[in-house]
Amino acid sequence: MTITLVIFIPFLAAILVPFIYKRVPNRNIGWFILCVPLALFIVLLRFIPAVSSGETYIHTIPWIPSAGINFTTHLDGLSMIFGLLITGVGSLVILYSIYYLSARESLGNFYVYLLMFMGSMLGVIFSDNLMVLYVFWELTSISSFLLIAFWYHRKKSRYGAQKSLLITVSGGVAMFAGFIMLHILTGTFSVQEIIKSIGDYTDSGLFLFAMILVLLGAFTKSAQFPFHIWLPDAMEAPTPVSAYLHSATMVKAGIYLVARFTPVFGGEAVWFYSVTCVGIFTLFWGSLNAVRQTDLKALLAYSTISQLGLIMSLFGLGSAALNEGYSADSVIYTQATFAALFHLINHSTFKGALFMVVGIIDHELGTRDIRRLGGLMSLMPVTFTIALIGSFSMAGLPPFNGFLSKEMFFESIVNARSLGIFEMGTWGNLFPIIAWVASVLTFVYCMIIVFKTFLGEHQPARLDRKAHEGPRGMLLAPMILAFFVVAIFFFPNIVGKYLLSPAMEAVYPPFKGAQGLVPQITVWHGFKPALLMTIGVIVVGALLYVFLRFWKGIFTIEPMRWSLDSLYNKFLVQTEKGSSYLTSFYMTGYLRDYLLYIFTFFIITIGGGLLLTNGFSFDMSGDAPITINEYIIVFVMMGAGIAILFAKSRITAILLNGVLGYSIAIFFVVFRAPDLALTQIIVETVTTSLFLLCFHFLPEWKKEKSSLPAKAVNGIIAILVGTVVTVLALSVQGHKLFTSISIYFEDADELTGGKNIVNTILGDFRAFDTMLEVVVLFIAGIGVYTLVKLKAGMEGPDVEDE
Amino acid sequence: METLITILAGVLVTVAVYLLLSRNLIRVILGTAILSHAVHLLIMTMGGLKKGSVPLLGEHAEKYTDALPQALILTAIVISFAVTAFLLVLAYRTYKETGSDDLDTLRGFKNE
Repeated sequence: MTITLVIFIPFLAAILVPFIYKRVPNRNIGWFILCVPLALFIVLLRFIPAVSSGETYIHTIPWIPSAGINFTTHLDGLSMIFGLLITGVGSLVILYSIYYLSARESLGNFYVYLLMFMGSMLGVIFSDNLMVLYVFWELTSISSFLLIAFWYHRKKSRYGAQKSLLITVSGGVAMFAGFIMLHILTGTFSVQEIIKSIGDYTDSGLFLFAMILVLLGAFTKSAQFPFHIWLPDAMEAPTPVSAYLHSATMVKAGIYLVARFTPVFGGEAVWFYSVTCVGIFTLFWGSLNAVRQTDLKALLAYSTISQLGLIMSLFGLGSAALNEGYSADSVIYTQATFAALFHLINHSTFKGALFMVVGIIDHELGTRDIRRLGGLMSLMPVTFTIALIGSFSMAGLPPFNGFLSKEMFFESIVNARSLGIFEMGTWGNLFPIIAWVASVLTFVYCMIIVFKTFLGEHQPARLDRKAHEGPRGMLLAPMILAFFVVAIFFFPNIVGKYLLSPAMEAVYPPFKGAQGLVPQITVWHGFKPALLMTIGVIVVGALLYVFLRFWKGIFTIEPMRWSLDSLYNKFLVQTEKGSSYLTSFYMTGYLRDYLLYIFTFFIITIGGGLLLTNGFSFDMSGDAPITINEYIIVFVMMGAGIAILFAKSRITAILLNGVLGYSIAIFFVVFRAPDLALTQIIVETVTTSLFLLCFHFLPEWKKEKSSLPAKAVNGIIAILVGTVVTVLALSVQGHKLFTSISIYFEDADELTGGKNIVNTILGDFRAFDTMLEVVVLFIAGIGVYTLVKLKAGMEGPDVEDE
Repeated sequence: METLITILAGVLVTVAVYLLLSRNLIRVILGTAILSHAVHLLIMTMGGLKKGSVPLLGEHAEKYTDALPQALILTAIVISFAVTAFLLVLAYRTYKETGSDDLDTLRGFKNE
């Protein structure tokens, strides 16, 4: 129950923001907002003892039980980690943004979006029901879109927002399809129930498709290659947003999804290979591209992509353990997942701090271009220290938390070589090599962040503002994060015991309570391959950094210039062109064309349907006899109708229409419908006079100027429609499938006290219908009145405005 | 009788569709008016024709004609009147603003 509230409180707060903002229209509004994530953080903290002892909380509110859709929240170790990250980093980001954003910005909007994001993100991680999860998932995309486009007057912001939305939402839709497939397989939307029963369905054809589609959702959201292109453009968002959504939380939703679905799909070769290979390649590609960036924020964006790839690949490696079930041998592979979860936390701390540092530099100096920065160490000592801690942690150096998880990463990837399953063979050797190269590059760009920004020559001439330390409030949030970076290094096993071990049990339900699932994290392992790799990274990385300008030339080689971005842009332009071409092809703006589509469709579906089902059957036996008078009226009507087509003047045409109307009135008399006859006569009279009145204002109609073929087409369509209608009506009369309900109305006298059945139907049985009919008349009347009374020429300028 | 009226309705539908497809605004409006005539006849026919007495209970007849189609048509007549009236005024207004009652020239601006 508490967890359900946790999801909804941010939304409720978001609703209240505009009211508070009216009272407090300055940056102090942030202090109110800060209370929300802080309170939620504390609430979640209080669950830690229970969760770490293996307890989980499930709470269900029935929503659409008939469709299996319930609002089920599920708190376990895995969602706990994410929940703490979302609320914890969220608090710090809001604290930071109080100082970052000036009062001139539309702060109200900003905090509404941010709270909306927080709520939906909490929804994603706490929902057990796939449909609910999907709704929250897309809500995070939408709030991310709004936040990226926060400075919507900038073209680049709009571009980045659109790009992120297009990519993440298409991935989301794929994931949605995957969820539906899972539902078809297992008959439930609950993740926990799917995990229990999925074992029976792994051979099904849908299983593989569901897996790939779910992965698409995860990869697009977590910016994995080749979908990573949206993340650098998303950096147009204000820096607190980048720190929060695009490094600490939202992009980790994909990772959460992979972790959550590891018990479902893990152990399958396809899952193992796609998650691991995509992750490793993203790790490499991201770090390679990060080195060439000159904008600090873009550098961090690529480094985030790379780090997400690292975590992703670890989850892929860890899934192998589920292939064989629990044994002393297989448990070693779970260490990859343990490293992944650990690095997830570490990454949020150091990357959040780094983003905030870049934000401070940008805020104080007005630029983030490393070519213009340098020598800031003495001017911004606190910022420098934080940047140093963050970067060195990311590079995997002691005494920072990144060192621990990086070591574990190396260890898992070396272990993977001995993996006996999935025909690893020589591929197994490739993994450590790529990982090592990527880590070297990571080391290089971490050094770039620190040394190019803070060391070297200070260039005041190239800066817009004088360099000085950021305000204290702004430094507070990154300082707290930096504190955690160091603290986790010294006390890693507190994190391991209270956060990671319950999460491991959530990822590996069959291994619950198994030996060796939660290892002791130690700083010193002895001279194992992992440590040697780290030393290698430092040596080679340092060399590469020193000689950076000698090898930077490789980025100008042809294949490096191909970018997925230009592919995306081309695709977008082509799609736009194509759809506008297609639309203007059939949306011609001519009434005739539209009517032709409708009539052709009618002829093909109804006429074709009749032909295909052989539905004709004419039964004229029940027909009433026809008198000679009736023959005369029918032929008069037919004649009048056809004559309208050839009428030379509009007066003739309208009089012929009158003939039709009055003949129908006569028929109503013949057909025992006195009310209809009366109404028809009155309406026909009024209509005819209305026509005549209008003719006074309208020009005499000219002969139709349409070409002969066009007329022929019109004629053919008209005749076909007439024929289909006639045939259909005749067939319907031959097949009375149900008895008429009119008997019911013959009790009208007892039911309503009226003797005229038609009147009772209109006034009693279907009174609502009649009332709405009156409303229609009323609206038409207003329309007529407005159109007549509207002053001519008022719209004049618009008409000329071609 | 039913067959004959159905065929009549079919002829009227043909006429109406042809008018609807033409370029002149007044013809189009006339087409809608005729189309509703045809539909009224068709609904009437569906209920069966001359199968009993006028649906007034006071008549104490053995059998009454189907009253439901009649009620529906009554509604339809009134609505179609409203539509026709509105369309006519719309045509009047369009002509006054643009000076044309030809749908092809009324197509709107090229660079909308």
